[in-house]
Amino acid sequence: MMIPLTDIENGDWVRVVDFSGGRGMESRLTQLGFLPGNKIRVIRSAPFHGPLLIDVEGREIVLGRGIAQYILVEEIK
Amino acid sequence: MRFALVGQPNCGKSTLFNQVAGYRAETGNFAGTTVTFTETKVRVLGDVVELVDLPGTYTLLGTNPAERVVLDYLIAKPIDAILNVVDATHLLQGLTLTIELLELGRPVVLAINMMDEAQRQGLKVDGEELSKLLGIPVLPMIASRGQGIREAFTETWRVARDKKSPHPLFFQEEIENSIRSIYKEFSRNEYPVSRRTLAVKLLEGDPEISERLEKKHMGITRRAQNLIDGLGHHSARQAVWLIATERQRLARELAKNVSKQGETHLTLRDRLDDYLLHPFWGYIFLLSILSLFFGAVYGIGNLLEGPLIGFFNGLTETVVGWIGSQGILAPLAGGAVQGIAGGIAIVLPYLVPFLVGLGFLEDIGYLTRIAFLMDVLMHRMGLHGKAIVPFILGYGCNVPAVMSTRIMEDKRDRFLAAALATMVPCAARLSVIFGLTAFYLGPWVAVGIYLYNLLVIAVTGRIITSFMPEDSPGLIIEMPVYRLPTLRTVTAKAWFRIREFVVEAWPILIIGSIILAAFNFYQITSYIDMLFRPFTWALGIPREVGTPLIFGIFRKELSLIMLAQAFGTTNFATVLTPEQMISYTIFVVFYIPCLATMITIKNELGLKNMWLIMVLSIVVALIAALIIRLLLLVL
Repeated sequence: MMIPLTDIENGDWVRVVDFSGGRGMESRLTQLGFLPGNKIRVIRSAPFHGPLLIDVEGREIVLGRGIAQYILVEEIK
Repeated sequence: MRFALVGQPNCGKSTLFNQVAGYRAETGNFAGTTVTFTETKVRVLGDVVELVDLPGTYTLLGTNPAERVVLDYLIAKPIDAILNVVDATHLLQGLTLTIELLELGRPVVLAINMMDEAQRQGLKVDGEELSKLLGIPVLPMIASRGQGIREAFTETWRVARDKKSPHPLFFQEEIENSIRSIYKEFSRNEYPVSRRTLAVKLLEGDPEISERLEKKHMGITRRAQNLIDGLGHHSARQAVWLIATERQRLARELAKNVSKQGETHLTLRDRLDDYLLHPFWGYIFLLSILSLFFGAVYGIGNLLEGPLIGFFNGLTETVVGWIGSQGILAPLAGGAVQGIAGGIAIVLPYLVPFLVGLGFLEDIGYLTRIAFLMDVLMHRMGLHGKAIVPFILGYGCNVPAVMSTRIMEDKRDRFLAAALATMVPCAARLSVIFGLTAFYLGPWVAVGIYLYNLLVIAVTGRIITSFMPEDSPGLIIEMPVYRLPTLRTVTAKAWFRIREFVVEAWPILIIGSIILAAFNFYQITSYIDMLFRPFTWALGIPREVGTPLIFGIFRKELSLIMLAQAFGTTNFATVLTPEQMISYTIFVVFYIPCLATMITIKNELGLKNMWLIMVLSIVVALIAALIIRLLLLVL
């Protein structure tokens, strides 16, 4: 089941499935390692609906929620 | 010969560049410190070589203006060799770019940087093996300490001399077939880059390159689209993924073969971040770190300012006494000395510790963490977390604040961040707030003015946002690891920025001082007061403050110092009511950023935006002061 990255609990590993944003954003996310099939993890998030800190292949990326909601992921069983 | 330095953001390219060029490129432990390219000449084996430091780029997709610069440069400009810098601790990501660079068909040398950091993390990288697998020279490097730089340049010089084009790594067959069927359209040496790169860019659907190629090769974009469809996908977007996934697969194989991870332990970064990014303690630490920082800046500045001012006052008297008090020459000389003194005694004592401290926070990697913590608050003003940096800088001096808006990708974000940051009361305006309101009316009035200032900035941000909606989707930035900066890089960076003040702002200060001395001598001040009469009338303050306000544009402290001259007394309580003091101070805090800041805005954002910000600041100053005047009347 596809869910937006913003709905993932901190610490859970998930797999990137798809994006729902525009072309420019997809390129930006692609080059930071958000590729379909890649495993990512939300390390922590800032309070009051702040940005997420995400582990992508060993690199830590800060994503605002406005962007994170475009990334669709599935849970890894 | 010409070499290009290429690598991902924060991999140490600019550190390497500065090692060979002297401090010329801005560096920081922050993704995207370099936004345009810098060139220098380097001597390699007796040859003079042009070296170009290109902005950091994750891939050659050109997704923002800085990355577009890299792509265009590599595709169209004459380059004899590429020196590719990779961060050893992020080998997998770095190699995806290396693979892309190999496709260009230009000679490449790979430097694996930050070998010391890798060693600390128990990571071993086999450079020889990597060199065999990639078919290009691979060299270890620790750019911050100058190790391996000479070797890297010698090797780059060799591949450039031999014109050694590397072989690309191949993708899976299906994609390779598509690439081949496109690149047959181009003849072998038609373009300065390989036909393969152009074919790949067409499949990735790069709009600019497609358009350029379509002009010469009619129908080529349609053929590319057919091939994309043939790959079983229906948009260029998925072809981008497909190719990116292939590069990642190749990079993963390479990284697996050449690097060995020893024992992994919880890194310092995780443990530190547990505190520094904590939902509660993170903010406590943020507050403490910033108070400590500003406390130190004001402490050091205060300590130096008094004796220096004393020295320059003595010097002014000596100079004037030496020339004699007759004629215009003495006041002009006095004005010149005061301009020089303003730079040395008032600005530099604060600016130097401020820039050294800031450089330290930047290099250690804390600024991105502040952006993470403050993102929510900044969104309320229509900006995102990165804009906190110009705001913090603004409390020291608006000039570096405006320069730091370079870290924002979006033009609209840059404008708004610069406009709002210039309303932050800098160290100079602090002297007005404290010298006038805190001194005569008590410290709480000063605190109130600071809080009111924040409120006005936030409301202004919201209002501008309703005219210029936020279109950037939000924060995307790499969180850097903590790095202990070397004394050398911190001082070199601080000097680089201080030099900008010394060379650009200081001369104007001195000239301004001389002109003002002449105004005073010919007693033109009453005409100047007329100019400001609409404002002074609206705010209910005496007309004599017009001249101090004009002086304040040159240097904000002058709007306090010149009050004494305008009223002929230093006891302001006898000439201004408390309400007038407050209205005046608030107007001074917001109206027209000082000349040095305006020049910086012009350099960074253009003349039009400079005028726009100036007009905006006058309007905001007037409204903000009027509201307070009315409130004080009602209460």
